[in-house]
This record gives sequence, C-alpha cells and structure tokens, in this order.
Amino acid sequence: MTAAVQLRNISKSFGETQTLRDVSLAIRPGEFMSLVGPSGCGKSTLLRILAGLAPQSGGTISIDGTGIDHLPPSARDIAMVFQSYALYPHMTVRQNIATPLRMRRLPAPARLPGIGRLWPGQRSKHNGIDQAVIDAARLVEIEPMLDRRPAALSGGQRQRVALARAIVRHPRVFLMDEPLSNLDARLRVTMRAEIAALHRRLGATFVYVTHDQVEAMTMSDRVAVMMDGEIVQCASPAQLYGNPRDLRVARFIGSPEIATISSDELIAENGGFAPVLPRDPVTVAFRPEAVLLSPAADHLEIPATLERIEQLGPELLVFLRLGSGTRLSARAAAGRIPLSAEGQSLSAWLPARGFMLFDANGRRLDAPHIREFADAG
Amino acid sequence: MNRPHRFRPGQILSHVILLFLAFLFMFPFYVMIVTSVRSPAELFVPEFRWLPESFTGLRYYIQAVADIPALTFLKNGVLISGGILIVQLLTAIPCAYALAKFEFRGRDLLFALVLFSLTVPIQAPALPLFLGLNAIGAIDTYFAAMVPFFLSVFAIFLFRQTFRTYPDEIIQAARLDGMSEWAILWTVVVPGCLPSVAAFSIFSVTAHWNDLYWPMVVIRSNDLMTPPLGLAFFADSESGANYGALMAMATILTAPLMIGFLLAQRHFIRGITMTGVK
Ligand SMILES: Nc1ncnc2c1ncn2[C@@H]1O[C@H](COP(=O)(O)OP(=O)(O)O)[C@@H](O)[C@H]1O
Ligand SMILES: [Mg+2]
Repeated sequence: MTAAVQLRNISKSFGETQTLRDVSLAIRPGEFMSLVGPSGCGKSTLLRILAGLAPQSGGTISIDGTGIDHLPPSARDIAMVFQSYALYPHMTVRQNIATPLRMRRLPAPARLPGIGRLWPGQRSKHNGIDQAVIDAARLVEIEPMLDRRPAALSGGQRQRVALARAIVRHPRVFLMDEPLSNLDARLRVTMRAEIAALHRRLGATFVYVTHDQVEAMTMSDRVAVMMDGEIVQCASPAQLYGNPRDLRVARFIGSPEIATISSDELIAENGGFAPVLPRDPVTVAFRPEAVLLSPAADHLEIPATLERIEQLGPELLVFLRLGSGTRLSARAAAGRIPLSAEGQSLSAWLPARGFMLFDANGRRLDAPHIREFADAG
Repeated sequence: MNRPHRFRPGQILSHVILLFLAFLFMFPFYVMIVTSVRSPAELFVPEFRWLPESFTGLRYYIQAVADIPALTFLKNGVLISGGILIVQLLTAIPCAYALAKFEFRGRDLLFALVLFSLTVPIQAPALPLFLGLNAIGAIDTYFAAMVPFFLSVFAIFLFRQTFRTYPDEIIQAARLDGMSEWAILWTVVVPGCLPSVAAFSIFSVTAHWNDLYWPMVVIRSNDLMTPPLGLAFFADSESGANYGALMAMATILTAPLMIGFLLAQRHFIRGITMTGVK
C-alpha cells in the first residue's frame, strides 16, 4: 500500500509568472514528507499538480516508478485533505465520508439517493461501505457525529471528518494542504500528534504542506524547504536545523530566528575573530543556543545592549542588539541570569569555531572551505 | 433613561411612510378581491365602500370557471412558465458553471457577450422570431410561446456570479473522490446554490406568467391562452361588462404567484442578497 513518489523537474507557470521552477523530489515509501515555506512560494500549487487537479507546465510525476501524468485525479490513488476541509455542506458526515467509496464501488444507478439502495445486487457493497465509513469515523473519533451536517461541527471536528474521508479510501498517498491552519493553537498541537500517530498507524506515504516550520519539524521524517518556487533543501529536521545549506533555510527554520552578522562587523567588535574568519566578507550565523551570556572556553566576547527578555518558564529568550543595530538572541536557563533593565549594556560570548558561514549569495560555506581560506591567510 | 428606544421619531416616521406605501400597493388587490364578491352596481356609486353591500359569495368565481375558461388559462400559464423555467435551468446552469469555474480560451469574450445580450429586449428579435416560427408552422403552439425564452442570459449571469463564490476546494475534493463534472455540478454545486436557483425561478415564472407581449404575438386559439392574454381577451369581448366575473378570474390567475412567493419568500430574499444582485 505504501508508495514512492517521484517528482522530476516539475515547473508551472501562470501566464508570465513562473510559480514552480524545476522542482525535483523523491519521496520514499511510507515517508512523512513536509513541504514548508513562506506563503505564496508554490506549495499548494505543487500539491495540486501532484493530485492531478492542475496540469504542470513541465516535468513528470511517478508513483512506484509508473508515470501518472496522464491520469485524472480520481485514478491516481491519492487522497487530499484541504485547508478549508472542503466537506460537502449539504451532506451528512456519513455521506461525506462515504462519497469516495460510493463513487468507486457502486454503479451509477445504485448511487441515487434513497432508491439507490433498491438497485439489485449491491447489498454487500452497500454494507461494505457502511462498515468502512464507521471504521474510518472511529479511527478519528467522530463516530457520534455521523448524522450531523458539517455546519453543526466545530473546526476540529470538521478536520477529523476531512481526515476520515481521506482514510476511508486507503489511498497509497495522502496529501495535506495546511490542514491545521484554521484551528486554534491548542487544538493544533493535539491534531499534530494525532496526524503523526495516524501516519504511523496507516504506514502510507504522507505529503504534508505547511507554512509553520514548527509543524514541519515536529511531524516529519524529512522536510523540503521551498522558497520562490524552488526546493532549497530537503533533509531531516535535525539536518535542516543544524546544517542548513542556504541562508534562507537557516533563517526560516528555528525560532527565534538565527542571528546573522557580517564578518566585518564581527571583527570590528572583537579582533579575535579575524584569524578564524575568511578574508572575503561573509555572513556568520549563530543559533540562539550558541550565544552565551557568560564567559566560556573558545568563545569571544562582544558588547551588546539588552532589548527584551521573554520568559518561557524553564528558560529565557534574551534579545540583544549590537552597536550597529544587528540583532542577536540567546537562550539561557532561568535563574542563571539576573533580570536586567532594558537598554542595559552587557556582554555576549560567541563561539570562535563551529559557526555557520554563508557567502554573499546566501550559500553555505562549509568547514573545509574555511580552512582553505584560513591557510591562505 | 434606560427605556428601549422603541419610539424614536425617525422610526415612527419611516413606519408611517412604509405603511402608506404598503397601502398604496395593496389597495388595487383589495379592490380586485372585493369587486369579485359584490354586485357590479356597487362599482359605480360615487363614494367608495370598503365592504360589499350585497355579498355575492362565489357566484362570479363559478362564472369565471364555467363561462370563461379560467382554469384552462391557469393550466397554460403553468405549462408555459414551467416549461420555460425547466429548459432555462437545464441550459443556463451548465453554461454558468463553465464560465465560472473553467479556464478556456475566449471565456472572457463569451461572458462579455452574455452581458451584452442582457441589454437586448424581446421586442428587438420579435419579428425575425415570428417569421421563423411561421416558416416552420409552429405559430399558435406551446412551443412558439416558450422557445424565445429557452436561453436566459440573465440566468447565466446570475448563476455565474453565484457559482464563482462556490469554494474551489470542494469541487477539487469531489474530483478526487471520483465524481464526473456533471455529477459535481448537479449533486454538489447546485444543491449548494439553491437560494439562487429559487430566486431566479421566481423572477422567471413571474415574468413569463405575467407576460402579455409574446403570447399576444404567437397565440391565437383560446385553448392556448396564458392568464394575462386570456384576461385581456375576455375583458374586451363577451363578458366585457361583467366586472365581477373578470375580477374573480383575475383573482384566480394571480393567486398561484402570490401563494408561491409567500412560500418561497425566505429563499428568494436569501438568494438575492447572496448573489449581490440587489
Ligand atoms: N490559478 C492561479 N492563477 C494564477 N496564479 C496562481 C494560481 N494559483 C496560484 N497562483 C500563484 O502562484 C503562487 C503560489 O501559490 P500557492 O501555491 O497557493 O502558494 P502557497 O500554497 O505556497 O502559499 C502565488 O503567487 C499565486 O498567486
Ligand atoms: Mg497554500
């Protein structure tokens, strides 16, 4: 039932504007793959192309090695959960969930409302569908609401109905387009865990679109970061966080945002950075946990002013500003730092090695590269 | 201080104006009904009386049904305006869906054409239509009375506006679920746009039930006359002087629309506000 999905060089243009550029992605069987990126970067467009709801301008899609570009949406064995849930408003929950099965299993006359049940020879199919609907509803815990209409359900319940309608078909691939974005923050966290559990239970291939990097990072096996119609990096959440290949990825993943300081500024603040940085101007990036507020070995001190402190219970987020206005944030255990007034001057200690370097185009300069520069100098 | 503002002068004034206007609109109906149940002599007395002096009961109603074929007119009205409505819905709904939800070359041009056609009154193509119907020998048939109205650009326009607001994602979900475009249109989109269909149905039925111009052009025989044509015909022929019977007939012929509107009123108003055609 699980399937590998392969996207090769997908491009899409709406008139003059190119929305997708040469997107290639290999999704492994049973994988939970997230597409994450800012609004308008083309995530939904890519998902609709995958589902067959819109044609691509170029490129091919295959599932388990078989091309599916010529297949209509219903023949691709793909189910989709939409951002707006897209339930049929005039049908009950039961009818909503049953629709994909009725369309697939029953001949047209047997689908007629009411009298369809009288069409001969379909009894076992009708019973099979009824049972499948109940099973799917039970899986997402909406069995008591089967006879209500979508209008009489809360947002979270509608979301579950939409999930049940996708599950009931047992498709090879699930597509989800920002399924949690209309829920309140608390419910979103619950549903996140439930969808992840559902994925483990069904074992199907999931492609999950979101603009929320936390969602992508917490649920996925791998995350593909999209920017301006391109996949910038596709890797495991840990890889994306610790080893971003592009400055845009580094900035998008992780909260608070990674701090970026030009090498010139850093050297001006503390000459000790000069030997460890390349001679050409580069951008140096520090995750909040790399920034310390007390002296440590292999760290260099720079002066900063305190902008604001966010209390997160066990830890603090400390937002700092350098002389030139560059922002820096640090994570610190609560209680270790005396609470200080805004605008107060203090010192931050930045690591003198193991930081991330990016060139002027935002591309990552990795460690060997740095050594090369250092040797030359 | 805390008294509810139930009697603000502005509100009283607006209610007085509304009551006056309501009276103005209702008065002719009242005269029609009251004339149908009193002796015609009472019409020509100098002062207006609100209630009949000699109540004639159902006498004129029986006359209207027995002497004038009022029930035949009623049947013709139902057949013709019903037939027109059904074909209009069957043709306009798919057109409107295509214009609202499909992308194809020339779509905007087609829609501009629809808007343009809205401005053409029936009187303009009446002569060529008449000549054409005459050439195929269809004059004086139900078909001739209905055919110019089978394609309603107003319906296409109205339904296109409604369908455009129907969420794309539901249509896409239906495609993934395996429905054909026809099934999506008739079993998903149209049931979601019923108020708009009801609104148009009332517009259409009222317009064609009350239409005098076109039936007058193509209908000759009494058997095929629509309510207004029958009323006009009998007003100036045999029973011309029998105001009681005429008013009784008029009451019978307007009743179906009044009742229909009262029943569908809520849908009608919702449909109008929903499509923004106000
Ligand atoms: N049918 C369409 N016609 C024209 N432009 C479109 C259409 N669909 C999407 N776009 C454009 O493509 C870009 C990407 O849209 P979308 O895939 O919805 O982004 P995302 O889901 O990542 O927020 C947007 O700039 C949008 O304006
Ligand atoms: Mg989107």
